[in-house]
Amino acid sequence: MSLVAYFDAASSEPLHPQAREALLAAIDVGWADPARLYGQARRAHLLLEQARTEVAEALGARPDEVSFTSSGTQAVHLGVLGTLHGRRRTGRHLVTSAVEHSSVLHAGGVHERDGGTVETVGVDLTGRVDLDTFAAAVGRPGTALACLQTANHEVGTLQPVAEAAAACRAHGVPLLVDAAQTAGRMPIPPGWSVLTASAHKWGGPAGVGVLVVRKGTRFRSFLPEDERERRRVPGFENVPGIVAAAAALRAMAAEAAQEQARISELVGKIRETLPKVVEDVEVIGDPDDRAPHIVTFSCLYVDGEALLTELDKAGFAVSSGSSCTASTLRPSHVLEAMGVLTHGNVRVSLPRGVSAAEVDRFLAVLPEMVRRIRQDAGVA
Amino acid sequence: MTEVTQPALTIDALGKKCPIPIIMLAEQINYVPLNAVVAVLADDPAAYTDVPAWCRLKSHRHVGSYELPEGGWAIHVRRNY
Repeated sequence: MSLVAYFDAASSEPLHPQAREALLAAIDVGWADPARLYGQARRAHLLLEQARTEVAEALGARPDEVSFTSSGTQAVHLGVLGTLHGRRRTGRHLVTSAVEHSSVLHAGGVHERDGGTVETVGVDLTGRVDLDTFAAAVGRPGTALACLQTANHEVGTLQPVAEAAAACRAHGVPLLVDAAQTAGRMPIPPGWSVLTASAHKWGGPAGVGVLVVRKGTRFRSFLPEDERERRRVPGFENVPGIVAAAAALRAMAAEAAQEQARISELVGKIRETLPKVVEDVEVIGDPDDRAPHIVTFSCLYVDGEALLTELDKAGFAVSSGSSCTASTLRPSHVLEAMGVLTHGNVRVSLPRGVSAAEVDRFLAVLPEMVRRIRQDAGVA
Repeated sequence: MTEVTQPALTIDALGKKCPIPIIMLAEQINYVPLNAVVAVLADDPAAYTDVPAWCRLKSHRHVGSYELPEGGWAIHVRRNY
């Protein structure tokens, strides 16, 4: 048994054993340039295309719609800016929610500095985007693209993607769906035009992202021309990593119905237990309409960094959206947009195979930890 | 335009990081009469979100947040009970 309870799957899911196996095998046979015409190259090409077919199937896409990137962040950057570039004659307006991953917001920042416009739609207390405002924003003339995540990466709340997609379709606006937190864990909601995901969040290796562009969606890379990945992503493909990513996605999706339901129950238990055992705790996000593996809470009067340090000492790997734990010294933009307590914040995200005993131990040690930190801060 | 009520108490939490401004507010709100306003002066960006969130959790009223010329905010809270 490992000494550390790893509760940070939303940052990175541990490598799936089947991905490890596939990675080691593909490193030996998939190293050649898949664009060349000799034996080893054809082998690499075959592995790459097989992985593409598998990933496409798991995500509900056609293989020729799938491109591999070097990360989920790169997939978002290319997806946002490439779609905006492809549709620049239609307009230069971008619509996003206020709680998107920073890669979406920063791509929007580049678009704005380049003369485009961005509308950021607010969320409610659970972190769910205001659908009416989102739909109205999408209907504004000149809207080139809208972006919405499947589930929020910090609080787990599911977004109304299918409804947002219907609004987008009504106005002929493509919707980019960032599925980083749910791909492999939940079915992809319908209606997207561009889909992005990240392999290391579903148990694949780091260094592989996925950018899926639906046939018929105007897309043009804004980067220097390169013939790889249907001209959507520059650079030599990481074939072994991609093969492992596909193996992980297949394995994760195959066991998702059972394993994610089990994990979701554990998250439910944490959500229900915390307010009973810790005074002045705010459990954040939607209690029901949520990703299976994420739960976030804030402890009033508690320094987030102190709590993370204590949890680390006790053998728990978690993350936090509190400003004291961020390099920027600003609280998480997600918590700010929701208007929830940002200090004393802890995100627990459970990986596959997590044991119920580890969750119980967490719930057992946390109350005393919080009490001690409050006492040290002079809180009566 | 609503009129800004003169605070009965001003808590200077400038330069202090969260949760300290919130701890100070929780301690000192009981020093003012019911329905009086406490102003928290803070420049930690977390306080801008956390003081209103604290009001929601503790059923006090966040009256408004006003930018200070020297940076930060005066965050006004009305004591409800």
